[in-house]
Amino acid sequence: MLSRVAQNIYWMTRYVERAEDTARLINVNTNLLLDLPRTTTFGWLPLIFIVGAEKLFFEKDPHRLADETNVVKFLIGDRENPGSIISSLAAARENLRTTRDTVPQEAWEQINGLYIYARDHLPSRRGRYEFLRRVIHGAQQIGGLLAGTMTRTAAYDFVRLGHYLERADMTTRILDVRSANLLSHASQTQTQTSTPPQIAAPATQEEQDPFESIQWMSVLKSLSAYQVYRQQVRVRVNGPDVLKFLLQDEYFPRAVAFCLRQLDICLRKLPRNEAALAALAALRQTLNAAAVPELAREGLHDFIDGVQIGLGELHGQIAAAYFAH
Amino acid sequence: MTIEWQRYAATGSHYDELIANGTGPRPAARALCEYLASLSDEELHERKTAAELAILVMGITFTVYTEGGSIDRAWPFDIVPRIIPKHEWDRAEAGLKQRVQALNLFIDDLYHEQKIIRDGVFPAEVLAQSANFRPQCVGVSPRHGVWAHICGSDLVRDQDGTIYVLEDNLRVPSGVSYMLENRVVTKRVFPELFGHQRIQPVDDYTLRLYDMLASLSPRPGDHPTVVVLTPGIYNSAYFEHSYLAQQMGVELVEGSDLEVGDDDCVYMRTIEGLERVDVIYRRIDDLFLDSEVFRPDSTLGVKGLMRAWRKGNVALANAPGAGVADDKVVYAFVPQIIKYYLDQDPLIPNVPSYLCMREKDREYVLAHLDQLVVKPANESGGYGMLVGPHATPAERKRFAELIPKDPRNYIAQPTLALSTSPTLCDDRMEPRHVDLRPFILSGGPPTYVTTGGLTRVALRKGSLVVNSSQGGGSKDTWIVDTEGL
Repeated sequence: MLSRVAQNIYWMTRYVERAEDTARLINVNTNLLLDLPRTTTFGWLPLIFIVGAEKLFFEKDPHRLADETNVVKFLIGDRENPGSIISSLAAARENLRTTRDTVPQEAWEQINGLYIYARDHLPSRRGRYEFLRRVIHGAQQIGGLLAGTMTRTAAYDFVRLGHYLERADMTTRILDVRSANLLSHASQTQTQTSTPPQIAAPATQEEQDPFESIQWMSVLKSLSAYQVYRQQVRVRVNGPDVLKFLLQDEYFPRAVAFCLRQLDICLRKLPRNEAALAALAALRQTLNAAAVPELAREGLHDFIDGVQIGLGELHGQIAAAYFAH
Repeated sequence: MTIEWQRYAATGSHYDELIANGTGPRPAARALCEYLASLSDEELHERKTAAELAILVMGITFTVYTEGGSIDRAWPFDIVPRIIPKHEWDRAEAGLKQRVQALNLFIDDLYHEQKIIRDGVFPAEVLAQSANFRPQCVGVSPRHGVWAHICGSDLVRDQDGTIYVLEDNLRVPSGVSYMLENRVVTKRVFPELFGHQRIQPVDDYTLRLYDMLASLSPRPGDHPTVVVLTPGIYNSAYFEHSYLAQQMGVELVEGSDLEVGDDDCVYMRTIEGLERVDVIYRRIDDLFLDSEVFRPDSTLGVKGLMRAWRKGNVALANAPGAGVADDKVVYAFVPQIIKYYLDQDPLIPNVPSYLCMREKDREYVLAHLDQLVVKPANESGGYGMLVGPHATPAERKRFAELIPKDPRNYIAQPTLALSTSPTLCDDRMEPRHVDLRPFILSGGPPTYVTTGGLTRVALRKGSLVVNSSQGGGSKDTWIVDTEGL
């Protein structure tokens, strides 16, 4: 298999996954805001930090207002933001355009169709939920189509590598939204040095507690994980258990540990996989060794940062071994 | 209102491929014409819509360059097939084999001893001014002595029904994927017609192409590594490059996927590391192939590729330099070339041509610009042409100035009354001019000619320009066995 083709396929699925997960990210924040009492002061700015786009967002205007309108527009329809939904779908389409002979024809039609839908239906506040739902479903369809029609050669391994690497990364970012908004109260008393900086917990401890489980529920729902969590974990929805589930569960397909296990299976089928497997093993160890209950109280953001750096290193090893230079 | 072939026959003044003047449908076309006449207007319209939908869904596109970038357009297709009786096609097929065989001998001679020049059959000055002669290829002997492995020759029919060769495309002829896809579309639209008639299949082209390419491999073995080299997605024929690679089951590569190693062999970059490449079906023009030898600014090709080819470590199809015979001045000499190398008379005639480099011819051309078609020697795609009878006085004046400045670069031919074929235009059956591009494969296996080829049709009324980049469309082409009908 050609290095260039492997690279294009990998990025194609990463971008599709990114579009889907960005849609999920916006959904979780919308729901959090609806559930939280009016007195809370946090809002949409954390999302900008979570996708790592603060520089880009404030580049043109350092005083740009990080309100709902601006942030959502930036994350959905801004072509200058390479991580926006529209840019991700455009990039997925471009990557596939050059490798149309490797994937089934229908996949091209799906991705092309989803891109055109997104381009022509950039939503208002009212239409946002429906728009995001369509993006999520469209991305799911593409994944299903590839799974149902691609022959299991190296090309399909790169489909899955892109898929799961991006998903692991984005799941940690979605968890980070929660950490930014809820868990931080523990460290409120200390001086905050790490980003995101403008974090505010609900005004008082008393005010927060009644809402905590509702908010964790919305995180689970945004990852289509609520049902499974209820069936598997069976206890009242609470921070430490949700975190443990979404970080360390090996059976739920949006959990980080599951994604890493899939990456391991794919990599083992590829040649010249030693360095990438080593990077992956180190990452899995970090993840499994994490003391989640403590993390739920303190240090989740830094821990997630560490996981994201590990994923970055893994990507670097995959690129070095297989991609065109 | 359904189709009335009698009325159709009365509208055309040209030779029509399906309908004989006065007598109605030709024998090979009778079943088709009767069937079409049995359809109501709505049914016919439905078939047309079905074809358009099939083309859209199958993603058959070609790329057009515009100022705003390039766009993919759906392939313009007419649902009414063009039919050639088999006995007539057999003769054309033999003529094409003869022609390509002679052209390959000619190219090989030009890069070796140039006997044809020494013997005074081909003028040295034509070669000296050839834009496509590559001195870098002198002395190279490709396997089987073949340079033009894939040739696309354009055939046209005149008023009296004679088939002529209009030109030979020996560089990177395109269109064969459309020939194959047109048949797929027609089968979807008119499945009932294939049951009762003896329509010769076209589908084995890509198998033949693969076998021919594999036969060029410099390394003995059953599984040579064959690749298709494309300039990339912005090339107008990218659809075809990707289609052919897919159908043959070989990699579609770009220049940046390949490199020439210290051992002067060609390698492609794969996820397993470097893999040796044996045969490259290149769809890039000579001058962009290798920045070491040709255009230094080219990023489409592979640095050192010519070195590897000259050493015989990789096969290139078509061979670099094959285009020397793809020149409209050389074209005029093909009958002599056939005679010289094969000692045979051409089975398919050339269109009579005036060479502007000859003083007498030039004077005649300049005096008759309003009647002739003037073509530059090395253009393709219908660009830079003057169609005298249809040109404005200003255009004719421009050519009157261009020709004396560079006479070697121009030939002229009488305006042929190209044949027509019934074409569905705004739901009415109307005659439109057509040509035919068969593809000829030469290499290890016996020479192969496609069954028919790509019929191109000028969709604008009265127009003779069939190129897809200039408002042309295409049709499925049927070779029908009428023996015993």
